[in-house]
Amino acid sequence: MSHSVLIKNAVKKYGDFTAVNGISLEIHKGEFFTLLGPSGCGKTTLLRMIAGFNTVDGGEICFDDQVINNVAAHKRDTGMVFQNYALFPHLNVSENVAYGLKTRKVPKREIATRVEEALKMVQIEALAARQPNELSGGQQQRVALARVFVIEPGVLLMDEPLSNLDAKLRVQMRTTIKKLQRRLGITTIYVTHDQEEALAISDRIAVMREGKIMQVGTPEDIYRKPENPFVAGFIGVSNFIDCSVKAQGGEAQIVLEGNYPLALPAKKDFSGEGFLSARPEQLFFSEEGLKGKVSLSTFLGDFVEYEIELEDGKILQLNEYTKDVETRKKDGDIVHIRFDTKKVSLYAKDTGEVLSC
Amino acid sequence: MLKSKGATPFYKDFWFWVKVVIFVVFLLFLIYPFSTLVFNSFQSTKAEGFTLYNFNRFFTKKYYYQALGNSLKISLIPTITSVLIGVPLAYLMTRYNIAGKSIWHVIIILSLMCPPFLGAYSWIILFGNAGIVTKWLSGVLGISVPSIYGMGGICMVFTLKLFPYVYLYVSGAMGSIDRSVEESAENLGSGKFRRLLTVTVPVVTPSIAAGALMVFMTALADFGTPGILAGGNFRTLPVLIYNEYLSETGGNANLASAISMIIVIIALLILFVQKWWVARKNFTMSTLRPPEIIQYKGWKRFLVTLPVAIISLIAFIPQIVVIFCSFVKTNYSNFVFSEGFTLEHYLELGRSLTTNIRNSFVYSTAAIIFILILGILMSYVIVRRRGKTGGILDMLMMAPYVIPGSVLGLCYIVAFNNLGTTADGTVIRLTGTGTIIIIAMIIRKMPYTVRSGSAFLMQLEPSVEEASINLGETPMKTFLKVTARLMLPGVLSGAIISWVTCINELSTSIMLYTGKTATMTVASYTNIVRNSVGTAASLASILTVTSGILLLIFFKVSKGRVSIV
Repeated sequence: MSHSVLIKNAVKKYGDFTAVNGISLEIHKGEFFTLLGPSGCGKTTLLRMIAGFNTVDGGEICFDDQVINNVAAHKRDTGMVFQNYALFPHLNVSENVAYGLKTRKVPKREIATRVEEALKMVQIEALAARQPNELSGGQQQRVALARVFVIEPGVLLMDEPLSNLDAKLRVQMRTTIKKLQRRLGITTIYVTHDQEEALAISDRIAVMREGKIMQVGTPEDIYRKPENPFVAGFIGVSNFIDCSVKAQGGEAQIVLEGNYPLALPAKKDFSGEGFLSARPEQLFFSEEGLKGKVSLSTFLGDFVEYEIELEDGKILQLNEYTKDVETRKKDGDIVHIRFDTKKVSLYAKDTGEVLSC
Repeated sequence: MLKSKGATPFYKDFWFWVKVVIFVVFLLFLIYPFSTLVFNSFQSTKAEGFTLYNFNRFFTKKYYYQALGNSLKISLIPTITSVLIGVPLAYLMTRYNIAGKSIWHVIIILSLMCPPFLGAYSWIILFGNAGIVTKWLSGVLGISVPSIYGMGGICMVFTLKLFPYVYLYVSGAMGSIDRSVEESAENLGSGKFRRLLTVTVPVVTPSIAAGALMVFMTALADFGTPGILAGGNFRTLPVLIYNEYLSETGGNANLASAISMIIVIIALLILFVQKWWVARKNFTMSTLRPPEIIQYKGWKRFLVTLPVAIISLIAFIPQIVVIFCSFVKTNYSNFVFSEGFTLEHYLELGRSLTTNIRNSFVYSTAAIIFILILGILMSYVIVRRRGKTGGILDMLMMAPYVIPGSVLGLCYIVAFNNLGTTADGTVIRLTGTGTIIIIAMIIRKMPYTVRSGSAFLMQLEPSVEEASINLGETPMKTFLKVTARLMLPGVLSGAIISWVTCINELSTSIMLYTGKTATMTVASYTNIVRNSVGTAASLASILTVTSGILLLIFFKVSKGRVSIV
């Protein structure tokens, strides 16, 4: 039976260093929830607190209504997939998968059928008798998955499970993981530093930084409406441009560096310094607009990535979809850029507070 | 803020008790006896209370302080010669397609692991006053060879016995220098020889230092070789300790204790200097591509193989000589080659020396069982549960390298010779029992097992253990089913090395034995000293063959994953 997970004000300290600094989260039953952040942000530490490998120095972690702070790791009913797979090197594939069932005293005959099912689920039934050192990275990953899926854990924990695979396999495995998770409906907490992976796989994402949550939301929310500059910069690519802001009555009049004026919808009144955050696809070429020069263009198949050098020397990135245009700009071309003012984000410079809608 | 109540109280943690047991063992059988020795060295029957009398006597009487100089000479000279032989040998073995490479490698290891005094004995058989070669040279050719007795002989025997330490450490390091390091030296314009001197050798200096340290410490601590080859008045410190202890009555052994202190201080100084020096020169390298092995053909291959073969075979001569001679007829103190072969020495062993053989196997087996259990637990504690005491455990593991066997023997004598008297007046003592010999073996030889066990465990990702716990297994069962199981090859290999060294142990047992508890090594040594050559050779052969068999098992178990040194 899958659990919901409630984290209230969780704290983890290593001496003077606070790795997890008062995090609160509510993860729903059956949800695919990702902890995303740069290395050292505390995401793995938090995951290991949930697994019971790190003590909880403050706050509470609950599965459903039960506080599990003091429950020993082996009694927590979680299934963890480790970054390095952590297969038992002395056991073959099916013995690895059967391990958790044996500790749960499942009858022998049932173990055999469940192991077989689990191996089928991850499509490695042919490898049942192999030793771990005879498997490729991708195959080891599948064994690690089968080993936790087979025990039907209340909470599935995954610690950067794909980071040791090559790019193509990584994409393939993340689809496999997502499908299996949907099918089995296991509450899953997934740790990664790869924002693309997080966007692709998650129901919801918590972006973390220095032991704190920066934003929680669906992949769309986080990509489209980053609540602070850190999230805007960490998820996808963003162009940051300083500007002066005068916002009043739902509309902001701003003046970008280089004296370029712009109007966009605002949710609160503000007057002072700010900055604009615009994704490369939220910029487009136009007859008039902010003037610049193409300094580099990179053809990437479905779109072209341009670096535009503004007159003050600042570089912006602009993506143009191949299907939308006939010709490609050349390096050195003088261009004019406009912004998709409904989609760009505006922040107050001092506080990082969101001003745009 | 909520305080976590999750951690189990320390007294309920199994590993807390493991640490307690380990510390109690070391406290009782290393720290306490050693402290008694230190205390004893400042006591004297010739003076009241705390006194420097013993040290004063040591440094003013030539008879004593000369031994200090001798000890330093017979430690330092073999260290230098071992480096001179071991480093080039390691280079040849790691960089060229030497013919029969693995055979030479095994031979070198075999000669290192055989009983230390056996080499001395064999060289006496060959070059002693009545030696085979000596007689032949003087009788047939009229040439007189320089005496094997004294400093020169001891240094030669130590060099041939101990250069494998340098070879093993350095070849390990040379085999793992990334090819690109040397290639870039070449790319930057260094010739082959220049590259060797400016890149290869400097990079392996920490390993040279580690090997040199082992040579120095072993030579300094060895009792058997200088005991046999002393010749006249050439005394070293371990021999002096033994002699003084024998001559001092009443079990006070004050002067012997003081001499022991001096030898331990020298060993400590050398250890610290080596650590300090290596700490400044430690390089870490990731090896992606091991160095290229140059494939020579024909006479070039012969030329690189020749020095390797010569050195290995010379080092192996003692084993061959001893086994061969054990089948040669004797007139008690001389081998009589003209009368052919015989099994009489072995039959003699069967008649009168079975106790010694049994003692050796019983004591070393008993010791090895404890070493295995303690070794697994201790490796785990050192690697995974270091806590605040990890550093102390590391230090205790170094103790046997610093405290020579004869010194530990003396420690036990002064500490355990009188543990009180029973109602009927008999003195309770541990000395003279088999137990004390077993304990000495455990304390001195466990580090081999702990070292290879912990090296193995360090390569094992903690996540494998966590995976087991996560899948619902208790930490204790996880330790038994996963951790201990995976450490086993490392621990077993280490234990085999511990076993070999236990069986060949002489310097502690010679201090602690009585007629009943004498081991094969002790019997072999005393027979050599008594010049009962046949018995000595057959005992030594049994030791050699046993060591060889155990080493073959070691190679089988470790599959090259465990370093022998």
